[in-house]
Amino acid sequence: MIAADLLAPAESEALLLSLRVSAVAVVCAFPIAFAAALFVARHAFPGRALLDGILHVPLALPPVVVGYLLLVVFGTREPVGAWLESHLGIRFAFSWTGAALASGLITFPFQYRAIRLSLEAQEPGLLQAAETLGAGSVDRFLCITAPLALPGILAGLITAFAASLGEFGAIITFVSNIPGETRTLPLAIYSALQQPGGEVEAARLSAISIALALAGVGFAGFAERRLSLALRG
Amino acid sequence: MTIDVALRHRFGDFSLDASFRIGKGVTALYGPSGSGKTTIVNALAGLLRPDHGRIVVDGETLLDTDTGAFVSARRRRTGYVFQDARLFPHYSVRQNLLFGARRATKCTFSPRLDDVVELLGLQSLLGRKPGKLSGGEKSRVALGRALLSGPRVLLLDEPLAALDAKRKSEIIPYLERLRDSVRPPMIYVTHSVEEVSRLAEDLIVLHNGKIVASGSVFDLLCDPLLGPLVPTHGAVFPATVHEHRADGLTALAFDGGVILVPHLARPLQATLRVRLAADDIILAREAPEAISANNLLAVVVAAGHTHTETHSDVRLSCGGIKLVARITRASFNRLGLQQGENILAIVKSVAVDPQTGPLANGTD
Repeated sequence: MIAADLLAPAESEALLLSLRVSAVAVVCAFPIAFAAALFVARHAFPGRALLDGILHVPLALPPVVVGYLLLVVFGTREPVGAWLESHLGIRFAFSWTGAALASGLITFPFQYRAIRLSLEAQEPGLLQAAETLGAGSVDRFLCITAPLALPGILAGLITAFAASLGEFGAIITFVSNIPGETRTLPLAIYSALQQPGGEVEAARLSAISIALALAGVGFAGFAERRLSLALRG
Repeated sequence: MTIDVALRHRFGDFSLDASFRIGKGVTALYGPSGSGKTTIVNALAGLLRPDHGRIVVDGETLLDTDTGAFVSARRRRTGYVFQDARLFPHYSVRQNLLFGARRATKCTFSPRLDDVVELLGLQSLLGRKPGKLSGGEKSRVALGRALLSGPRVLLLDEPLAALDAKRKSEIIPYLERLRDSVRPPMIYVTHSVEEVSRLAEDLIVLHNGKIVASGSVFDLLCDPLLGPLVPTHGAVFPATVHEHRADGLTALAFDGGVILVPHLARPLQATLRVRLAADDIILAREAPEAISANNLLAVVVAAGHTHTETHSDVRLSCGGIKLVARITRASFNRLGLQQGENILAIVKSVAVDPQTGPLANGTD
């Protein structure tokens, strides 16, 4: 790996951990965000605005509060956390999976919102047209709804991934700052600044973060152009 | 091929109550906005479940609210052409055309892609996405897509309403070709008399959710009693190109004889629909001498004239073809026309509209 020549082991460890945590967070939150967006976009019911608001809550809460609430629910001595560990062998506390859970929760609204908007922008008449042409509900979803939602899905995934890379408060509160396990890039920068003479290390880690962000922005623009070309010609 | 329809439906303060039977050919559902045309078509397509109703197509019950029978829109095989085309924006024209064809189960008539592309002039559009098409092109693609889905009946919901006069004129000949070649059963929703007179064979006139008249388009269009609802002021009848004469006139044969028009660039035996405006007919008991008009049609005075203070709409029969002539009340009184009397209808050749040209503007 090229990065291994340029980066110190601790640096590449933090970088790879950040990427893994964010990828798992975003991928796991995606189906839930899509289902929630589809439900809210396609149904009129009392309390729709309230549900929409609730789905945005993780964005509004201070991340430290989200981390604290996760600790209260999923901590090893709390009922849910203890049950999950003893019955399913799943442990979130002090584990990188906990970091992914916290990131996924905090960035969920980005995905939900982008997908909901793209679904709401679809012309409902297209589904009727597809139906009169013989397409069943799964067929309509796969051939019309899903492809036309791709720009929203892409935007949601990219925003959520970027926001997840920067997540700090919820992770450090919920799963602490364990090197190699939960010390993602932001936490590593924070740790470096806590050490006497760690300024250079912090600067290097920040440079990695900036490079990552630029690469992400570049990829997003490229993917968006390709997708719009594929969808609208 | 018959479609029996009986529907009762209410939403808000609008109520629809309509029963009719239609067969092959083009049936126009005609009426002003809000008269229930689209509600009927949506019920036929299965996109709307009426409060009460029964729809039977060729013995197959698609809807019966008494027994609870309901065939979903997906399985009805109606080729629905929406007013706003509703092409799938992420598919090419070719993919749009084949969307229904790939999902068709059994086909009453199943045109081939090449034939539809040829009929609708879509060759150069196949690789494009709908975003790159003009309004008229979108309408043609939507029509082709519906045709290729192998429908039992084509439902056209004001397919031309969103287009300007020039675009309408582009599409009308394609619809005429479709009507005269493939001959699918078509229900054509419109509020344009001109589209009715060009395309429809049967006519159902709707007003406030009720059917006020139905029958052959040739009979209804010159029915003065429908005047306020169907403002045609004239008759439409079928004719064929009979002879291109040396004097520059073209003779069109119709059930009432021959009518002469200025030279028409159509092959012999070509069929067309002649429109004769009531205002353009002069009535006479005897043939005048030395007159410029080329057509002196022998007609019989029929019954059912309608009068206003100033005008009389005189109903005539010309070899079974119904005509209507608008003359002044004064002329009507002076002539003292008797029912069954043989008289002459004098028509200038230039006033006969063989309906081959573009649509006039402002038909709405």
